[in-house]
Amino acid sequence: MTATLEHTAITGTLRQELLKVRNLNVSFSTGRGRDARLTHVVKDVDLRLAAGECLAIVGESGSGKSVTARTLVGLPGANASVQAERLELAGHRIGTLGERQWRRLRGKDIGFVLQDALVSLDPLRPVGKEIEEALRLHGWGTTRSRAARAVELLASVGVPQPELRAGQRPDELSGGLRQRALIASAIALDPKILIADEPTTALDVTVQAQILELLGRMKERGTGIVLISHDLSVVATLADHVAVMQGGAIVEQGPARQVLYHPQHDYTRALLDAIPSEHTKGTPLSKDGRARITATSRRPRTTRPADAPVLRAEGLVKSYQGHDGVVRTVVDGVSFELRAGETLGIVGESGSGKSTTAKMALAMLEPDAGRVLLDGAAWTGISTAARRSRRRSVTVVYQDPLSSFDPRWNAERILLDALARQDYPGEAERAAQVRELAGQVGLQVEHLAKHPLQLSGGQRQRLAIARALAPEPEVIVLDEAVSALDVSVQAQVLDLLTDLQQELGLSYLFISHDLGVIHHMSDRVLVMKDGRAVEQGSAEDVFNHPRHPYTRELLASLPQLGLAPGQRNPPAAAGTPTTEGAHS
Amino acid sequence: MSTLKHNTGLLLQDPAHDGGASAAGGGTGGAANHPGRRRPRPNNLLTSPGLRRAGGRLLTAVGVVWAAATFTFLIQALLPGDRATLLLNQLAGQVQQRTAAELAPINAKYGFDDPLIAQYFRFLGDLATGNLGVSYQLHKPVTEVIGDQVGPTIGLTFASLLVAWLISAVVIAGTARRSRMVSSVASGLEAVAAGLPQYWLGVILLVVFALNLGWFPVVGGTGLDGLVLPALTLGIPLAGFLGQVTRTEFEKGMDQPFALSARMRGMGDIGVRLRHVLRHSVLPGVTLSGWALGSLFSGAVIAESIFSRPGLGKVLVTAVNSRDLPVVCGIVILIAAIYVLANLLVDIAYTLIDPRLKNS
Repeated sequence: MTATLEHTAITGTLRQELLKVRNLNVSFSTGRGRDARLTHVVKDVDLRLAAGECLAIVGESGSGKSVTARTLVGLPGANASVQAERLELAGHRIGTLGERQWRRLRGKDIGFVLQDALVSLDPLRPVGKEIEEALRLHGWGTTRSRAARAVELLASVGVPQPELRAGQRPDELSGGLRQRALIASAIALDPKILIADEPTTALDVTVQAQILELLGRMKERGTGIVLISHDLSVVATLADHVAVMQGGAIVEQGPARQVLYHPQHDYTRALLDAIPSEHTKGTPLSKDGRARITATSRRPRTTRPADAPVLRAEGLVKSYQGHDGVVRTVVDGVSFELRAGETLGIVGESGSGKSTTAKMALAMLEPDAGRVLLDGAAWTGISTAARRSRRRSVTVVYQDPLSSFDPRWNAERILLDALARQDYPGEAERAAQVRELAGQVGLQVEHLAKHPLQLSGGQRQRLAIARALAPEPEVIVLDEAVSALDVSVQAQVLDLLTDLQQELGLSYLFISHDLGVIHHMSDRVLVMKDGRAVEQGSAEDVFNHPRHPYTRELLASLPQLGLAPGQRNPPAAAGTPTTEGAHS
Repeated sequence: MSTLKHNTGLLLQDPAHDGGASAAGGGTGGAANHPGRRRPRPNNLLTSPGLRRAGGRLLTAVGVVWAAATFTFLIQALLPGDRATLLLNQLAGQVQQRTAAELAPINAKYGFDDPLIAQYFRFLGDLATGNLGVSYQLHKPVTEVIGDQVGPTIGLTFASLLVAWLISAVVIAGTARRSRMVSSVASGLEAVAAGLPQYWLGVILLVVFALNLGWFPVVGGTGLDGLVLPALTLGIPLAGFLGQVTRTEFEKGMDQPFALSARMRGMGDIGVRLRHVLRHSVLPGVTLSGWALGSLFSGAVIAESIFSRPGLGKVLVTAVNSRDLPVVCGIVILIAAIYVLANLLVDIAYTLIDPRLKNS
């Protein structure tokens, strides 16, 4: 693998150049009349790609990477104006193409794969029809031969039972199969270039590994791949060249090995440093100063013997009856202990029962069997009234805070509402405490007047944390609380959570699908699969000496930075004992 | 999966779907499609979701028709004015007080002297056997009166609905998510169309296209050329309504990633609009069509009187004016039945358009 990469790097210039972009500029005109403005979103971008190579364009949201990719297929969006000194794709000068010529090119010479196949494939049609459509649009074959070809294509991207799958709609397929079907529709006519915009972002880590492997095989067959991603570790497994974009411009570009392991630009370095992993444990991820945290608790802390758990779950079981009448056990016999001042990480793929477990820990959902104890006293199985006085002890932060805020309230009102009345009887006291909370989470006073929609993603999540802190809880449940954030913002929020824990002695129940984040944050880890806790132990034990095959599979599937691609065991070897390479 | 075999109820559910879903879980190796174990639940024929749903719908349909029938019966029986007197006056074509001797044979014949509850059950019994009584005015069974005239009205109703759909689909697919100018002009026209009074529109169409231009017959027959103007009269305002509810959905659809995906594989803008987005945008319009079918049926009276078309509308107006209660009641029950049928059709159309709804 390493050998082929070097080979590619050396002979790259000799191979057919598929993509030549020099000085690409894209701007959007917004507003009308007097308000008309020109927003410059892609600035002086140079890109090159040869057959059988992968060029990765990396950046955070708003960096212009997706617009760049869409410009390459002539669909930058409405009101866009594109200028380039040179724009050549698969031998065509695409700067001056008309719509009709573009349509002949799209799908035939360039394939494009979007992020989430559930919505990127027409949800009302069988996936086979979408693949046949790609063939039909370019006049390939007859109705019958197209149907047969669609099945062949599904088989070629590794879809089992392709005849059956071709007749199913996206919602009837799992995330991995959907993404494969989408890829099949994009490569139906064997395009020379495949542009993949965040192709694995919506996928679980094991499925992500399979899709990356599929893209890798296409690269070996000579397809040129442009990979758009926010995730540097995904890029590391596939890319030969990496271009890092920030604010519409490429700040650093070069061979993957150099950019990822010897970054020259500060922004690239900050991006790499911000990725939580084993190595970042105990160190701040962002360069920002520490939050100003002064614990001014008004409520007496519960005194408990050392090592006694704050929250204890015993044999939780929860089943739901689906609309088809079939009962599914979503959580099946999960037990855990959360000790004071500690973080328990719950990790698992989608549908593993993490969030249902969190709901039971919050006592927002009664378990069918088992119980939750808070400070040794029953927390589930009691009346709502009996729970109310202790409600404030356990609070929650969700992935998308926007939907949990009243959009008509400003930040100040949201926090005032969360304060316990009995602690702050006076209006002035409450207002002061709100400012105190905002300061603790790094929000400025001017942010308090704003509405959730006017805040950035990171500020919103800080507000959600402030609201969770307001009742002075002992436990905060963080349900995918950083999953929707850009890596640099995620780093700041994770640092904030760490500081708050140290200063306020909080316990976190930290739920995430991201193994790196879990490793960075957790003292103890619980691995869930299909509703069961398959492994549980200290972070050190679970990550470095995983005992359960599923944990090993998860760890093997995780794209890792910090070591050269190829050092890691390929996903095919999942199930073998700990990947030595991953921890060397 | 073997547990399914022990359970007769579960076998009634769509086995293809069940097998497909579990195969999806197994096929991906790690993508947990259906977490957790499945346990059979106590089940029997009556609690099978599909049967229960169909049964519930049938009960609702029967209930609606029964309620309409009961309502019309009560109106007939309890409205001021003696029914026997009414009948005799209709027969004689004059209005006068009748003596008890004159009324007695009529009361005996129609059973107007029986207790109300007995009359009610007889009425329901007749209804169940398809007997809606005899028209006071025409002295023909009501079913016959309706049967003679229902054909043209049903034709007009469906033609109007078709016209409305064609107009709104063409306007929406052609104008939504275009330049701000085009799309706001089209949207404005839709609002105007939705507000047009049908009788006014009908007269204008008649004057312009039948009298002045002479393209269509002034007195509409039952032929196809006689159908055009009445159908437009009813269809244009409905097209405005349909356009208004479809436009937002269509614009939402144009912003969906699957529309972009289709462009990316070489489809043109028009192809994306017609082949992908239109289907996603019609559901609210389909819901509206259920209501529209019923209201077109009762609204047909306007078009029928303007264009002198035969049809139920005219029968209804005449019957109301002459207090021919059995006919009025028969038509009311028929319209109730049409509403029920329309909503069943809507449900079926829903699952045809969006197959995902079949499982929810």
